[in-house]
Amino acid sequence: MTSRSNGDPLVRLSGVNKWFGELHVLQDIDLSIDRGEVVVVIGPSGSGKSTLCRAINRLEAIEQGEITIDGQRLPEEGKELARLRSDVGMVFQSFNLFAHKTILENVTLGPIKVRRQSKADAEKRARELLERVGVAAQADKYPAQLSGGQQQRVAIARALAMDPKVMLFDEPTSALDPEMINEVLDVMTSLARDGMTMVVVTHEMGFARRAANRVVFMDGGRIVESADPETFFTTPQSARAKDFLSKILEH
Amino acid sequence: MQFYVDNFGLFRDAFLTTLSLSLLGGLLALVLGTLLAAFRVSPITPLRGLATFYVETFRNTPLTVVFFFIIFGLPQIDFVIGFFPGAVLAIGLYTAAFVCEAVRSGINAVASGQAEAARALGLTFGQSLREVVLPQAFRTVVPPLGNVLLAMVKNTSIAAGFAVSELSSLLPRLVNANAGELVLVLIGVVVGYMLITVPSAFALHRVERRVAILR
Ligand SMILES: Nc1ncnc2c1ncn2[C@@H]1O[C@H](COP(=O)(O)OP(=O)(O)OP(=O)(O)O)[C@@H](O)[C@H]1O
Ligand SMILES: [Mg+2]
Repeated sequence: MTSRSNGDPLVRLSGVNKWFGELHVLQDIDLSIDRGEVVVVIGPSGSGKSTLCRAINRLEAIEQGEITIDGQRLPEEGKELARLRSDVGMVFQSFNLFAHKTILENVTLGPIKVRRQSKADAEKRARELLERVGVAAQADKYPAQLSGGQQQRVAIARALAMDPKVMLFDEPTSALDPEMINEVLDVMTSLARDGMTMVVVTHEMGFARRAANRVVFMDGGRIVESADPETFFTTPQSARAKDFLSKILEH
Repeated sequence: MQFYVDNFGLFRDAFLTTLSLSLLGGLLALVLGTLLAAFRVSPITPLRGLATFYVETFRNTPLTVVFFFIIFGLPQIDFVIGFFPGAVLAIGLYTAAFVCEAVRSGINAVASGQAEAARALGLTFGQSLREVVLPQAFRTVVPPLGNVLLAMVKNTSIAAGFAVSELSSLLPRLVNANAGELVLVLIGVVVGYMLITVPSAFALHRVERRVAILR
């Protein structure tokens, strides 16, 4: 994909604030993500990681500040917003595959309805992507017939089918049985290697060390620390990050 | 038996009238009701308000009053409508409010993550409703929708009070003319209704089983 603005960050949040009623969930968030960069977001439960992720494609609206993707401000609503979202892939904790559609149909729906591709083209590409994530054999089944790990890999293929500029992952492996976590992380690692721009909310430290360019630590709605993985894990600066790391590393 | 042979034409015409009222009224109710349900969940506030107002109005008005309004009220504002089209309109508009509520409950039963995933892909609100939410909503909605439509078939009998010669209008007519045959008239009318409702119930049951397997 060619781009007008190669030097600029692909995703930029500046001065972002959001409230859920009284609760100030995002507080003065400034974050820039470059093309090809992989940012892992970690932090305690309720710190606003999901909300941050969901604000980037406006599944959650923000009250203050500005979010731009590829230099373009997020539109408020309607067709413009839909078009922008089509450039931002999202993978959810609970997979959210379309329950009434086959695996193949899950992957072709966006390209056919949003990108106006022909059914044949969309299916050809979908089969390639399903092959890539290792579930090609399941193409004609329904989501409920697949394991969690397989479903999540299909969800990644579904997002990739739109040729997104950036992919958002909100705890993609948290709902998975331990033996399935790696099959999903492997797919994500290979995506990162191929240069995909990614924002990943996860507690998988192995993935962060292996694939991330940067770790962003959130607490209480704020970005408390931001550093490369090695620095963050070995010499965290803030007391809260130290405390958090000591807790998760016990497991 | 001779009684039915003698009056076959009457029974047949009345049956066909009830059948047409049911089919046309049902079609109108399904289309309008689904549209209203889409309005009720839409992000556009005026559309939501409009649909809510519609549903509350029609749900809380007796069907006879709706008939009266359409057949005698509308001509007052120079909108004259025949008895049969008026009856279809009254039944369709009234039943649409109940269809809307059944479909809306089905939409609410579809996990919110489904609509979210659709929107995240870049589908518009209308597309995600059409492609993802409604097809799943209709599955949970088939049984309550069936009840709404069966009630509607029975409600078509109100048209008898507005000069439409449907099945139940045969009761006073034939009983007056054949005082001794009350039971036969009743049986004829009931069988007429059952010729519509029983096959419908079977069809609904099959639809229910079909969509359930797809899950
Ligand atoms: N729709 C909502 N309405 C009201 N409060 C919400 C809503 N969604 C989230 N919250 C609250 O906002 C805060 C931040 O939530 P968020 O889901 O972003 O946290 P998180 O960091 O992703 O946590 P977790 O690790 O548990 O997923 C929490 O206190 C949560 O209870
Ligand atoms: Mg979360």
